[in-house]
Amino acid sequence: MTKARLATVWLDGCSGCHMSLLDMDEKILEVAKVADVVYSPLVDTKDFPENVDVALVEGAVSSEDDLEKIQRIRKNSRFLVALGDCAVTGNVAAMRNLFGVRAVLDRSYRLTSVPAGSPPDQIVPRLLSRVRPLHEVVAVDLTVPGCPPSAGVIHHVVTELLAGRTPDVTDLTRFGA
Amino acid sequence: MSPKVRIKTLKIDGRDIGAREDETILQVARENGIQIPTLCHLDGLEPIGACRLCMVEVRGSSRLLPACVTRVEEGMEVTTKSPRLIRHRRMILELLFAERNHVCSVCVVNGKCELQSLAVALGMTQVRTPYRFPRFELDASHPRFVNDHNRCVLCARCVRVCDEIEGAHTWDIMGRGVNGRVITDLNEPWGESNSCTGCGKCVHVCPTGALSEKGTLREDAGKQRDFLPYLTLMREVRR
Ligand code: SF4
Ligand code: FES
Repeated sequence: MTKARLATVWLDGCSGCHMSLLDMDEKILEVAKVADVVYSPLVDTKDFPENVDVALVEGAVSSEDDLEKIQRIRKNSRFLVALGDCAVTGNVAAMRNLFGVRAVLDRSYRLTSVPAGSPPDQIVPRLLSRVRPLHEVVAVDLTVPGCPPSAGVIHHVVTELLAGRTPDVTDLTRFGA
Repeated sequence: MSPKVRIKTLKIDGRDIGAREDETILQVARENGIQIPTLCHLDGLEPIGACRLCMVEVRGSSRLLPACVTRVEEGMEVTTKSPRLIRHRRMILELLFAERNHVCSVCVVNGKCELQSLAVALGMTQVRTPYRFPRFELDASHPRFVNDHNRCVLCARCVRVCDEIEGAHTWDIMGRGVNGRVITDLNEPWGESNSCTGCGKCVHVCPTGALSEKGTLREDAGKQRDFLPYLTLMREVRR
């Protein structure tokens, strides 16, 4: 039997969703029996590969780099899951939308840093003017709210998807869970 | 209570039901165990039909009618669940989420919020309308309470409880539509309000984290509403 190709991605989130994913403990071994993790912050692949069956994406789209990545992820994945509130709603990551990029950068690099510095203009990706949830940028096949969704919910979602079924998460998790 | 009450008969979701003529569709439905989602409605306050989540279909009317303010009528045929109603309720809920900044994960009433529970009840896990991200100042000038417009759904429960029950009428709504917002006195800081008695009823009827008590979080920020039907009942008895 060929194994399914599973990817997990960390965009603008706190990595809490990935912590929750790891929280499934030994159940992760069951997942490993039916799927290969072909891309993830937990494995050493640099570029998002082709032919991915299921992509779990944590975090909102905040930078030019996120934007490029999510488009490639969409193109190369059969099923894309927005995992967690940042991916689904923008959540905390999108709170900067109330102030604008300039004000936020000023606050962190000039007003509150000692000695006052200036925002980086190279190496780190440029921030987009607005943080967006995934579905405002690409088509999303399933939204799984939660901050973070529990390990149990993530396990359920992954095993159902790998078994070829689309799970219904409405009774299992919620915004802010 | 008037001694002569007429009884009307109607159908809700195909069931034959008898009701007092002064009852609303919502009251009758609930008495008969039929659930209709609501947000602005609260037992003990005058219904105003502001949120439209309680919309139902009534045979013979092409418009949807809000169950909380629509009186029963003889021979009425009411439908409380249909694909069309589900679609409309979902859309209303999504618009409410998109209109302000409901960041559940960092909200004082996370897990105790009526808006959040409605999302679960209606199976809403995504907001398709782009979020507006409006910018609001927080009013923390009151020694005990905070007003966070980011979480307000303009249900006017605070306005009604303050006017109808406490009799202070500190709260009002200023502006219209998307620019509407709750104000204390003549748009003055809450802490400087002369009319506010500090009773806290507004905080407890507020369905979201818009009004909260300082220093409370999540479980402790849970709202107590039992006082309302009790107070209204006692007043009716005294009248
Ligand atoms: S502050 Fe609370 S009770 Fe008042 S209108 Fe807003 S949501 Fe309703
Ligand atoms: S509950 Fe009827 S309109 Fe809000």
